[in-house]
Amino acid sequence: MKLSLISLFALSAVSLQSAEDLSKPIEALRAVGKEGQGNEAAGKAWQEIVKADAATLPEVLKGMNGANPLAENWLRAAVGVIADEALKAKKLPVPALVTFLKNTQNSPGARVVAFDLIHRADEKLAEELTPTLLEDPSSDLRRHPVAKLIEVGDAALEKKDNAAAIVAYGKGLGGARDEDQIKVLAKKLRALDQKVDLPKHFGFLMSWKMIAPFSNADRAGFDTVYPPEKELKFDAVYEGKTKEAKWVDFTSTEEYGKIDFNKPFGMEKSVVGYAATDFFSTEDRPAEIRIGCKDGWKVWLNGELLFARDEYHRGAKLDQYKLPCQLKKGKNTILVKCCQNEQTEQWTVEWEFQLRVCDATGTAILAAK
Amino acid sequence: MCLVASGARADWLQFRGPNATAVSTETKAPGDDLKVAWAADLPGRGLSAPIVVGDRVFVTCSSGPGQETLHVFCFNAADGTKRWERAMRSTGRTMTHNKTCVAANTPCSDGDRVFALFSSNDLFAFDLDGNLLWLRGLTFDYANASNSLGMSQSPVVLDGTLVVQSENDSESFAAGLDVATGRNKWKLERPKAANWTSATVWKNTVALQSSKGILAVEPATGKTVWDYSDGASTIPSSVGAGETLYAVSHGITALAPEKGSVTQLWRNEKLNPGTASPLVLGDSIYVVNGAGVLIKASIKNGDEAWKLRMKGPFSGSPVAAGKRIYIVNERGIFQVIDPEAPEGKVLKEIELKETVLTTPAVSGGAIYVRSDAKLWKLQ
Repeated sequence: MKLSLISLFALSAVSLQSAEDLSKPIEALRAVGKEGQGNEAAGKAWQEIVKADAATLPEVLKGMNGANPLAENWLRAAVGVIADEALKAKKLPVPALVTFLKNTQNSPGARVVAFDLIHRADEKLAEELTPTLLEDPSSDLRRHPVAKLIEVGDAALEKKDNAAAIVAYGKGLGGARDEDQIKVLAKKLRALDQKVDLPKHFGFLMSWKMIAPFSNADRAGFDTVYPPEKELKFDAVYEGKTKEAKWVDFTSTEEYGKIDFNKPFGMEKSVVGYAATDFFSTEDRPAEIRIGCKDGWKVWLNGELLFARDEYHRGAKLDQYKLPCQLKKGKNTILVKCCQNEQTEQWTVEWEFQLRVCDATGTAILAAK
Repeated sequence: MCLVASGARADWLQFRGPNATAVSTETKAPGDDLKVAWAADLPGRGLSAPIVVGDRVFVTCSSGPGQETLHVFCFNAADGTKRWERAMRSTGRTMTHNKTCVAANTPCSDGDRVFALFSSNDLFAFDLDGNLLWLRGLTFDYANASNSLGMSQSPVVLDGTLVVQSENDSESFAAGLDVATGRNKWKLERPKAANWTSATVWKNTVALQSSKGILAVEPATGKTVWDYSDGASTIPSSVGAGETLYAVSHGITALAPEKGSVTQLWRNEKLNPGTASPLVLGDSIYVVNGAGVLIKASIKNGDEAWKLRMKGPFSGSPVAAGKRIYIVNERGIFQVIDPEAPEGKVLKEIELKETVLTTPAVSGGAIYVRSDAKLWKLQ
């Protein structure tokens, strides 16, 4: 009995010791920054962490909470090394990883790693956990239950049970945040005569006031401060490149929310346009403005420049750029500058953008009015 | 300094191998009678070429719905068994043209470390056993350094400096990084234009190619050694051999750069590489044009010797070992060419039966080729 107590004490001491030992090296990994800052210390700390027992995996994963993406990668690599050894020795602490996964306060990136490890250790358990991830804060984790619901819907369709298929697809669409899965589900639901409101699902801003054409000769318009950057006076008229520049109302009817300057202003080249809209938020909250655009662009929120990008005609896609921002309660003014260049090839016609407001998961934040 | 010496066995440490020449320095060449020795499964896409350090083969992949998962693999060259794998997450943009992918840049090694750069501008340094030494997120550092079509410039390492390029329409740069820490030794602004070429290592300089021309810099400092400003390709990369740099510029332009000045020896605008980079073997230069025709020309004056139509199209570049040229087309047909035959001759074809968009590696008398799903050893 005495021996057992001593052993227990020794074990807990070891475990306390290991937890204590890891806090400093984990902190060293979390301290890495831009341009390689902290790499030397991180390299040494990483060597200490990968020697740790598999029982420390939740602690190492916890280190990813609130960490910058570089620190996350240092920690992800360390988790990978510890987990590879633990899986070989069948010592992966699966229950502790499940607990970690279930705590949605933990970082989405760390929880994705935890789920992957659970899946590697116990595929059946991962299957059982999958339906619980449909409303998860991680869009990566949501993919699993959405894929499952697509399968369920397809199986119901095979049995000609359209009602069950509609339920499964509808539930899947409700949880889906990635474009590929949303496209599949929208197509399947529409084939079953169900209405799908994609602009609402994504949170595209469809109605804007737009003004053009200012000059972008020699691409200098990108950095030229035209009047809309100084004042938003929607009854003002300015000297434009080829004609007077006036504000017009524009509402997109395109399902992916494309705001096309060519429509109100014609297919101009070497020009700058602006689009402005108000977004009413129900509360002060963090958000993301996500833009897809193949022209040069800048985005301001309430007068603050969020990002500027001077790349032309290399391609556009949904959520091409994610701009973290802070919405204030009430009216928020979003201003987009969209610059068309001088290229004349057929694939350089587009002078447009798409923009949505969502949370970090990609869930649409709908305007209060 | 990156020494090239002929030997029984030599590493293939970067895109196009020794000094980015695409020519093996080994005395024992793979020859003609090649068969698949082994094939290893890969979990993701890749246009990056394999590299070989000693008895280990390294290759990168990208996977996931948005290609955010970045893999670095180490295989045993002898039997293709996996020694280790590291899976990381992109911190930069992963959008690319459908034909390419995030694992497009070939990794490089200084013999002790492996440096894996991806189109997302994520850069990882591992030792040969897979220990993470340092990492960078170059788009995390420089927020507008990206190309929505994808990037593919492969890094090179020379004299303790890793030279990386992230040349694009917006925040375009090249940088020399300390191999031990990943910290910047120097950083140069580069022309604001998309660029998919990789640096050429030549005469202790790193020659950076762009639409403006070729800038040769000292690897340790980034200081200009010479500057050729008559324009160059943004896809196939130039090659150096002996005292001459064969620039992919207005076809091929042979340059004899000296400190501060560049003499043009000859130019042949008909030697026009498509996607593949040229190589120099013996006293000839070989160019694969956009129609999949291999053209042999003299390195003395650029005069054409013959043209050989191969089975194309090609995204990867040819490599050479001994008296043979090896190339894989996009349909996965590996071709062995005898360049000394009077009109050139395809001696052998091996159907790999998968799309291949990359350049082979040669080491230990074997050839390594990868697709989006497999890594093969041909011997």
